[in-house]
Amino acid sequence: MSTNTEKQTPLLQVIDLHTSFKTDKGEVKAVNGVSYTLEAGKSLGIVGESGSGKSVSAYSIMQILDGNGHITQGKVLFKGEDITNYTAKQMEDFRGKHCSMIFQDPMTSLNPVYTVGNQITEAIRTHNKNVSQKEADEKAREMLELVGINEAGRRLKQYPHELSGGMRQRVMIAMALVSEPSILIADEPTTALDVTIQAQILELMMDLQKKLGMAIIIVTHDLGVIAQMSDEIVVMYGGRICERGTAEDIFYNPCHEYTKGLLRSIPSASNMKKKLVPIAGSPINLLNMPEGCAFCARCDAAMKVCLKQVPPELRIDDTHLASCWINVRDKKYREEALA
Amino acid sequence: MEETKVNPLSLQIDPALFEPATDEEKRQADVMSESTTFFKDGMRKLMKNPLAVGSIIVLLLVVLTITIAPLVVPYTYSDIIRVNGKRDRGNKNLSAFEYSEKEQEFIDQGGKVFPHIMGTDSLGRDYFIRVVYGARISLTVGLFASILVLIIGVIYGSIAGYAGGRADLIMMRIVDIIYSLPDMLIIILLATVLQPILENTSNPLINALGTNMICIFIVFGLLYWVGMARLVRGQILTIKNNDYVLAARSIGAKPAHIIRKHIIPNCISVIIITTALQIPSAIFTESFLSFIGMGVNAPMPSLGSLANSAREGLQTYPMQLVYPAVLIVLIVLAFNLLGDGLRDAFDPKLRSK
Amino acid sequence: MKVPQSAVAGRPACSNPRHILMKGVFQIMTRYVVKRILLAIVSVLVICAITFFAMNAIPGGPFNSEKALSEATKAVLMERYNLDKPVPVQFVLYMRNLLHGDFGVSLKTGRDISGTLFSCFKVSARLGATAAVCAVACGIVLGSLAALFRNRLIDRVIVFFTTLFTAMPSFVFATFLMLVFCITLKWLPVWDASNKSLILPVIALMAYPMAYVTRLTKTSMLDSLGQDYIRTARAKGVPMVKVIFKHALRNALIPVITYVGPMLAYILTGSLVVENIFTIGGLGQQFVKSISNRDYPMIMATTIFLAVVMVICNLLSDIAYKIVDPRITLD
Repeated sequence: MSTNTEKQTPLLQVIDLHTSFKTDKGEVKAVNGVSYTLEAGKSLGIVGESGSGKSVSAYSIMQILDGNGHITQGKVLFKGEDITNYTAKQMEDFRGKHCSMIFQDPMTSLNPVYTVGNQITEAIRTHNKNVSQKEADEKAREMLELVGINEAGRRLKQYPHELSGGMRQRVMIAMALVSEPSILIADEPTTALDVTIQAQILELMMDLQKKLGMAIIIVTHDLGVIAQMSDEIVVMYGGRICERGTAEDIFYNPCHEYTKGLLRSIPSASNMKKKLVPIAGSPINLLNMPEGCAFCARCDAAMKVCLKQVPPELRIDDTHLASCWINVRDKKYREEALA
Repeated sequence: MEETKVNPLSLQIDPALFEPATDEEKRQADVMSESTTFFKDGMRKLMKNPLAVGSIIVLLLVVLTITIAPLVVPYTYSDIIRVNGKRDRGNKNLSAFEYSEKEQEFIDQGGKVFPHIMGTDSLGRDYFIRVVYGARISLTVGLFASILVLIIGVIYGSIAGYAGGRADLIMMRIVDIIYSLPDMLIIILLATVLQPILENTSNPLINALGTNMICIFIVFGLLYWVGMARLVRGQILTIKNNDYVLAARSIGAKPAHIIRKHIIPNCISVIIITTALQIPSAIFTESFLSFIGMGVNAPMPSLGSLANSAREGLQTYPMQLVYPAVLIVLIVLAFNLLGDGLRDAFDPKLRSK
Repeated sequence: MKVPQSAVAGRPACSNPRHILMKGVFQIMTRYVVKRILLAIVSVLVICAITFFAMNAIPGGPFNSEKALSEATKAVLMERYNLDKPVPVQFVLYMRNLLHGDFGVSLKTGRDISGTLFSCFKVSARLGATAAVCAVACGIVLGSLAALFRNRLIDRVIVFFTTLFTAMPSFVFATFLMLVFCITLKWLPVWDASNKSLILPVIALMAYPMAYVTRLTKTSMLDSLGQDYIRTARAKGVPMVKVIFKHALRNALIPVITYVGPMLAYILTGSLVVENIFTIGGLGQQFVKSISNRDYPMIMATTIFLAVVMVICNLLSDIAYKIVDPRITLD
């Protein structure tokens, strides 16, 4: 742990976030105590399966949850300021200007009845009322060129359904970055794209990060994407964080049974000769969370304590933390003074 | 990172807890929501809907009343009321629970006169029983017309949907043409035309119902089934192309089995919902026609014709319009709400939310 | 980085949006619309045929009236209507006359029908158009409010009234209005072609369509608001008001346009009742009168006229829908 007394305030801090949705079947607890920090210019990757709460935690930051979802507990600090208390107007200011988001399916995420240019200039002029239409168009065109779309001037006048999937995602990225936000959240940005286009988009995002210097949070279920892009990785299951660390930590020294299970179930150079082992059981029912660890019912190595108590988060390494009772049993954690 | 770090040793955890958990214990931790059938789930949702439940209650009450009332009330809908066997000239247009002079005398002498719950009409007939019979007619017409639409529509739609190809194309073109014809005009036209033709037959059924009712049924049978046919065909097409049907076929399931297990259950909800919403539409049409004088023949009442006759005396006896009008609105409203409730509960397309 | 050319629908990528629109419109015109126009023509022919042959099926012929006709009158009628010729030929001749605007002569009044038809239609059109415009305008506003303030008081109130109005037959509502406002309260005059007297009939006529448009708009808005592009707009920081009016509403109105056709048909049939109750000398009242008078040429003419108007309205509505939705898909 660094002992800088003058610690720089992190760009974004999510502290003990709890988010749930009210449904007619009960309260769905999508996020149950998630905390992470994002430093300026860095990339954070959040990986988990569907229903793990990874997207919801990102939406909670931007406060664009569906109508029946709300943050029940916790704080989100942007440059030290608590944005969970922002008014609607302040939030509208925050979105797009300080923090932007791109989504999974660019076809449905762009409004079909307006041109691409219209939607980009809207992003510009929402946050800067003094910009004229002409200037906005010019800026939009520059942005399109920056994201690698040629004939940008022509493209501005086209409708979303006239562009290919990869191009649409580039448009989304251009739209998100046009106001030069300090954070870009990417929710499954490549899932809906072909594999070859995936690589292009990821390359583009890393390139832009170097050029514009924004921090990126990338949310995905694809371990390969995460490995490429992230400085730090967070693994989520059942609305909680299982493990966090660098790509090396996670891939070469997994310390949570869920992470281990994930790595066993995907093809990689290390298990080329072996059979892939899927994780048994079905995803957790968020209406009825178990008392203990979220993963216990599906875990091969589950112990009695796992069923009863939520495992604490323990430090494995300088950069590596995990919440698993196995580490307690095997004394794999670092004992240290709390603070 | 600030947070939840805890010194595990301080928790004083019993080492025995670090024994592996048994499968049984794990199963208990994995609580899944109980699975129900589609039908049970839908019924549960329906019963939770207060408007739908209210509608069911109202409809049951109405049906109950119109079944029991003729047994209780001693008047019939065409009887001009007599007091003690004698004509009573003063019994026209009485208000609710009012007695005419002659009836009053009769009661004073010790006779019993069943109260006129809704008064009498301009010819001295008990209005309550007329309204009850009117409701009967309206509901019966609505029900039978809807069943007719159901049968024709489902058969036509299923054949078109299942057959596919050329047959489907032709059948749907016919549907398109019929769909674009203005129904109301054709009903009126047909009714105008058929009346002089059928007037002179001796067929008892035709005489009882009246030519106009026959027209309504004919036109419903000819025109109104197209909406149902389209829906049924659409459902069948969707299901036919669904992956699970493909899967069933690939493991060798016979067509009859596929129809029974996959296609019919998915269609039933659509069919029921459409029928439930068709009934008020039929009642509407019937009362509209009765109102413009093309409904049932006098003296048989229907809610629409009662409303029409009440128009003349509207200023002096407004209640004669209110009773049948309120009943129409109530019945149609109840069916509409029930249909909406059924749709919310059972429509597969809406259930994703 | 090489960017692939647009491969959408096999069309080469177009440049000018105007060109795209015109090209698209032209493409629709030649396929979907032609189909619809043909359908409309077939429907009209079917209606004319049904009407004509139905009238001729009446025993005693279409000119059976209570008054005994003199030989001379009969002869004139025979000549005028070609009654001596076989029925199919009569039909063709009738159609030919129709196309020239000759609807025949009323049995009751002896006057040329086309004159009556058009003057009555003017009255009905005024009533119907006002009702249609009000229904759509109010419906869109109320439906949007209900969608935006979902489950709050204003939504519940709107839902209550729309449910009520969709269950209330127009004749009930019309009679009720007349009873309360004309007779009891005497606030509004009975029909005298003034604008004030237009209020009640318009309200009676627009109740059901407005309720329907409200429900339609509400469902459509809710659907639109649940789409991904709304989330994107919010994520951009676009103020909520603009999200609703610019992004959601535009998409939500598309289904409402398809309803306009059937709505006009409803208004036409509704006018039969409303005009009767308020004794407005429009086409609806004329139609009902001719039925009770057994004025067959008038019935025929009015039926065909009304039917043609309905078919045209439906056709226009179908075309409008295809134009408004820029995702021009060829049928």
